[in-house]
Amino acid sequence: MKARAFLYRRPDSIDEALALLADTDGAQVLAGGQSLMPTLNMRLSSPEMLVDINRIEALRGIDDRSDKIRIGALVRHAEVLESKVIAERVPLMAMAIPHVAHMAVRNRGTTCGSLALADPSAEMPAIAVALDAGIVLRKRGAERSVSARTFFQGLYQTARNDDEMIAEVMLPAAQPDEVFGFSELSRRHGDFATVGVAVRARKAPGGLGELNVVFFGSEPTPLLSRSARGLTVDANSSDEALSEIASSIAKDMNPIDSHQGRGETKRRQAAVLLVRTLKDMIVRAAHV
Amino acid sequence: MSERHDIAFTLNGKPVNATVDARLNLADFLRHTLRLTGTHVGCEHGVCGACNVLIDGRSARSCLTLAVQADGAQVETIEGLTEHKTIADLQREFVARNALQCGYCTPGMLVTAAELLARGKPGRHEIREALSGNFCRCTGYQAIVDAVEAVALARAGAKP
Repeated sequence: MKARAFLYRRPDSIDEALALLADTDGAQVLAGGQSLMPTLNMRLSSPEMLVDINRIEALRGIDDRSDKIRIGALVRHAEVLESKVIAERVPLMAMAIPHVAHMAVRNRGTTCGSLALADPSAEMPAIAVALDAGIVLRKRGAERSVSARTFFQGLYQTARNDDEMIAEVMLPAAQPDEVFGFSELSRRHGDFATVGVAVRARKAPGGLGELNVVFFGSEPTPLLSRSARGLTVDANSSDEALSEIASSIAKDMNPIDSHQGRGETKRRQAAVLLVRTLKDMIVRAAHV
Repeated sequence: MSERHDIAFTLNGKPVNATVDARLNLADFLRHTLRLTGTHVGCEHGVCGACNVLIDGRSARSCLTLAVQADGAQVETIEGLTEHKTIADLQREFVARNALQCGYCTPGMLVTAAELLARGKPGRHEIREALSGNFCRCTGYQAIVDAVEAVALARAGAKP
């Protein structure tokens, strides 16, 4: 199918883009377009105007700012995949990024676009929640930073208002004692996840502590587990013990039944993924 | 009626100037306006990869790119890659190994492989992963992976 007619503007500055968003009802930002364009082609959406931000230099770049890493709104998935800064300073994102779509889509699609869309099966929102990233929203004359943990509000719903755009996302740089893990289940590598898990923890005496466990793909938004908080994982845990911990953490989930499986199936899959992820993290913690 | 915009870009090494509807996607512009029908349209939502072209040296879905977004870019289609003999070895290998199958997905496969091979010598796993973004309805994947691998080895100067 073909997109409905729309107005197209390609501003050179952020201020110009924000003015268009403020003055036009039904204006949408076009960055990579890898999710937006399909919805246009299928006529699931028909914005009045597309504000193409691709010429705005200020939105480019991955910047290392000592304790935080900034990813601008025009940074493509491919750029994240190839970035040394991300590999060294945001290892959790580096683990997740090979799972994002396929080469041609990664060449165009952006990190911030993925956050803006808030697809429940996308990897980047889960990473942002696990790391407690700051999502920087700008509108004409104002800027605010929203924690990723409050940004995602429902299926494709976020705290962003229509006159705002995501200008950048700020990710905390990994601390020396932090350990990360990521795992997802999809029918084919690069496809949307049926269920996935992103974990941040600190190396504790004899194992892992300060667990941040995020499940995604199975619920309307990335789910930060409450039960995982305060738990410690003994590095010498038996498989049974790890299974028990993972199952108790996965009880926080309320997975949606879908053609990919019943909710209960996904909860079990999530627990299995979590066991694998924790095992992998225990091995890595030994080298921290 | 959609708005119209003037665009200027380089297509297969030659300048193109045109006025296009804002809503027109690059795949349709290439096929219907410029009559370059080598770029194929499959799913029109970015899944199948039949419409892949190179934009500034990187593969991209032309069905998910607006023609107006090509303004200022370097675009290369299967016609350009063929004329410039950039992938002549790859095309020969596709023929030799019957990796063409019905041929519908082939231009997209070749564009993906062209980008992958330009980056270095991919292994079989990398080839499979890169081609996972392209659908072949005839399921000729084995022959396609073989063809790309043979070229990777040949270009690296090794015997297959």
